[in-house]
Amino acid sequence: MARPPATRKEQILHLVLYPLTWLEERSGLVGATKYFLFRKVPGDISWGHTLGSATLTAFIVQVLTGVILAMYYKPDPDKAYESIRYITDDVFLGWLVRGMHRWGASVFIILMFLHMGRVFLYGAYKYPRELNWILGVLILALGMLEGFTGYLLPWDQTAYWATVVGINLQATGPFVGPFLAPVLAGGADIGSDTLARFYAIHMLLIPGALFALIGLHLYLVIRLGVSSPPWSPNAAGKDRVEPTPQGRAGLVAPGPRGGKAR
Amino acid sequence: MASNGGDGTPHAPAPTLWPVGFAVGIAVLLVGVILGWLIVAIGAAIAALFGFLWIREVTRPVRAAEPPAAPEPSTRAAPQGRKATPEPGEGEIVRFPRSKLLEGATLGLGVVIGGIVTLPVAGFALVPPFVDQGTDDVDVGALDDFPENRFVITTFLLDPAQGEVSRRTAYVRNNGLLDGTPSLTILSNRCVHLGCPVQVNGLPIDAAEQKEQIDKTEVRRIPTAAAVGFGCPCHGGQYDDEGNRTAGPPVRALDRFEFKIKNGRLLLSKTYSVSHVEGTGADAQITAYPLMGPGQHVDGPEAVLYPIPPPGR
Repeated sequence: MARPPATRKEQILHLVLYPLTWLEERSGLVGATKYFLFRKVPGDISWGHTLGSATLTAFIVQVLTGVILAMYYKPDPDKAYESIRYITDDVFLGWLVRGMHRWGASVFIILMFLHMGRVFLYGAYKYPRELNWILGVLILALGMLEGFTGYLLPWDQTAYWATVVGINLQATGPFVGPFLAPVLAGGADIGSDTLARFYAIHMLLIPGALFALIGLHLYLVIRLGVSSPPWSPNAAGKDRVEPTPQGRAGLVAPGPRGGKAR
Repeated sequence: MASNGGDGTPHAPAPTLWPVGFAVGIAVLLVGVILGWLIVAIGAAIAALFGFLWIREVTRPVRAAEPPAAPEPSTRAAPQGRKATPEPGEGEIVRFPRSKLLEGATLGLGVVIGGIVTLPVAGFALVPPFVDQGTDDVDVGALDDFPENRFVITTFLLDPAQGEVSRRTAYVRNNGLLDGTPSLTILSNRCVHLGCPVQVNGLPIDAAEQKEQIDKTEVRRIPTAAAVGFGCPCHGGQYDDEGNRTAGPPVRALDRFEFKIKNGRLLLSKTYSVSHVEGTGADAQITAYPLMGPGQHVDGPEAVLYPIPPPGR
């Protein structure tokens, strides 16, 4: 809040930006968002580096569509299948939202694996980013659990028997298996408690944990920065000369486009 | 360009070929699981050797490094004389013992309160599946409704309060009288591989389905012609007429129901597990165990993996 704006153009700009200035002065959130969005990344990153944000986008789609589906779904053995039919056939655009959630689940899992593969092949899990790999593996495991618990909710024959097999598979684990299965099923047998339990796990327990883990994952990405590809002349800790054309044939990608002076 | 965090020195280990040998060992071990124990032993030996070499390679820089200097004795560990306030170390603020006590008390109190709140909630989530899981005896019809020496596909509600979701199927065969008392073979249709519904093999239906209302729930009975064992549609487990496993992945024989006869009516009660059955029909010798989940061994060396059946049923 320095001198009052002089020209007409400055006055308009000041008015338009006033809400942001107000927010920034009281919370620092505008600066934080800028810091997050406009941070520096290596010059030779590729489309492969966007898989993480793609996964995050898929997760956000799952959250939004899931919240809306929960407004119509009834986790009761007598009503669950009928409510799914109602969502799919009768609710306006219900088929679309349910389809987004159903197919988006596969997209989320596939993107997680692609992101994991990129990180693995680029060696981006190495020091100092080991912890972020571990967090990612936890996110992957919880994502698969989301798939397992969500699969039961349509409460049709496929859902029911797939869950019977899935829970009994857990039950064959040595020593703890026989105790894990009743905890999952909410009783000695799969019944009405199982559906409610899976619904609560699917829409409350695991998403909460996922929010926390994704937050930590992003925090570490921002704190540690994005790693260069392994063939980058600027890769962390490397002091290597530009490889000769023969030496790199078929093994590494060509050098960065747009000249070598960086 | 690339942010490296930390002190900027890379800690990546040097490339090594030992993991390849380790992987080969694991592969040989897995092949051995199919071919024989000798191959397993060879694979395990290769994996152990290369694993050891790998670990040695990776830890070389660590082992070569000098042992870390002995930690500075903390001010708390070695109080000298009686001082109200210990001398602060470098970069440490002066703290009175009372301040430390209050901090510890606050944290401790927080832990206690958290525990008091968390424990009942955790118990509420985890304990009910193990309490009072048994069900009442289920009336499935008059004994006369079960013709001798053929299976009747009988479906009933295990827990009428839960409704149709608790509908279960038993294969009931009346073996006639044994020493003056009725003998029945009552197999649960739950496959002991992973719990799918086992079906009667062959062309089973012999007569029309009988429906009977018992205690406001419906019991259905479908008499079968000569059954030729049972098969599971999920992963192909096969059983003979006595429930013995004949092929596929199941780990024991089909579970059976205990039964009672009251006023000429057949009541199904607890389920129990069976490792195998010798003989047939009324002469069958059943090796029974407490009920275990599908896929859990009740005999043989693998049974040590499932020592305690979960309580409550």
